[in-house]
Amino acid sequence: MTAKAFTLDDLRRILREGAGEDFDLDDDIDDVTFVDLGYESLALLETGARIGREYGIELEDETLIDAETPRRLVDAVNAQLLATRA
Amino acid sequence: MSTSVVVTGLGVTAPNGLGTEAYWEATRQGVSGIRPVGRFDASQYPARLAGEVPGFVAKEHLQSRLIPQTDHMTRLALAAADWALADAGIKQDEMAEFDAGVITAASSGGFEFGQRELENLWSKGSKYVSAYQSYAWFYAVNTGQISIRHGMKGPSGVVVSDQAGGLDALAQARRQIRKGTTLVVSGGVDGSICPWGWVAQMAADRMSTAADPGSAYLPFDRGARGHVPGEGGALLVLETAEHARERGAEVYGEIAGYGATTDPRPGSGRPLALARALRLALDDAGVGPDEVDVVFADAAGVVDLDRAEATAINEVFGTGLVPVTAPKTMTGRLYSGAGSLDVTAALLSIRDGLIPPTVNVTADPAYGLDLVTGAPRAAAVRTALVVARGYGGFNSALLVRAAG
Repeated sequence: MTAKAFTLDDLRRILREGAGEDFDLDDDIDDVTFVDLGYESLALLETGARIGREYGIELEDETLIDAETPRRLVDAVNAQLLATRA
Repeated sequence: MSTSVVVTGLGVTAPNGLGTEAYWEATRQGVSGIRPVGRFDASQYPARLAGEVPGFVAKEHLQSRLIPQTDHMTRLALAAADWALADAGIKQDEMAEFDAGVITAASSGGFEFGQRELENLWSKGSKYVSAYQSYAWFYAVNTGQISIRHGMKGPSGVVVSDQAGGLDALAQARRQIRKGTTLVVSGGVDGSICPWGWVAQMAADRMSTAADPGSAYLPFDRGARGHVPGEGGALLVLETAEHARERGAEVYGEIAGYGATTDPRPGSGRPLALARALRLALDDAGVGPDEVDVVFADAAGVVDLDRAEATAINEVFGTGLVPVTAPKTMTGRLYSGAGSLDVTAALLSIRDGLIPPTVNVTADPAYGLDLVTGAPRAAAVRTALVVARGYGGFNSALLVRAAG
């Protein structure tokens, strides 16, 4: 399968589907921490599982927890997509 | 003299009414919520009727973060808790977080959610199981979610004793209040109307297979043929009479007495323990049988169980001497939601001076009960006894009394 690039809008959609939203995700959320957005570890695990299913990758729990912000999670997912493509 | 514990808030999600007043209006009018099952296709099952809560749209009550992580029965519970606290006039920022607790009853947990995730596990694989399955199915989930939502970190817990649980939870809440907790949200909201829950309930062989909602659940009637399951229940706000007085809260009534017993092993030859539970509740309240204005029966709708209950009531109160009713004939049996919903009905009976009816039932005179059937009965109700029995020999009785 060809890996797609993963964007912040993809993350917004998956967060909404899997965990709902406390704050408007359409705002500028790139560098707001997941904690401040109201997502606890379980919400991130669910989000990670959904990203993994959709993009055919296996995200480690550490990757999700260490990402801390949407921008860093998008970067981490894209890095992994590149690595699997290589 | 033990601390007086009173009820200051009610929140109801019932099959014959969403919200306390809607439920009470329907219950007074004798309007039943028992209908063909709508939550799943039950056409291939022997039992096809249920009491389902009408008109509940989760998104209207709960923020989107809670929707993916909750079973239907938890959503009902969260709404009921919100309404009970609002009814009691409790605002979160006015309570110290460790002064308020949450004690609920459960019989099954979030079965509909759990079934869906098990289907995902076995049909698609473990990657497809929701992370929220870790607690959404769990018995204690309603307590946990209400506690989080309202910042209530005081003594909390869950009791599991099938249909007796709704009363056992209220009794546990009263214990915690007497030990020094200011306020507890307590009761039960239950429901597992899904294939997995359905077959689990069928295993007890007490479910009615009747097709007609008007004659499916007939406790104390010659036509008794089992019960119809329902979903929903009630959550109540309990606090000390003193705290209620200090903040000028309206009081529905007092949780004045409680008794619980366990039946002996079937076949042991020893007597059933229900009458003793009733007496314990009266003794705990310091109330004589002649002072009780109405008994809200457990009303199993199974001949042997109906006979055992009628025998116990007559043994304690004298044959036919106390009015008996079972408004659960309008909701079905709600498992852990039943006791707190009957307590709610008892408190509203006190408020409005009437006993709600047992619908669809023609009382079998052999039971010797003064069963209130057909229409509500005007009565000055000051003291009411609520009975609940759980599968496996649990007997509980709780006495409520008008305030003051």
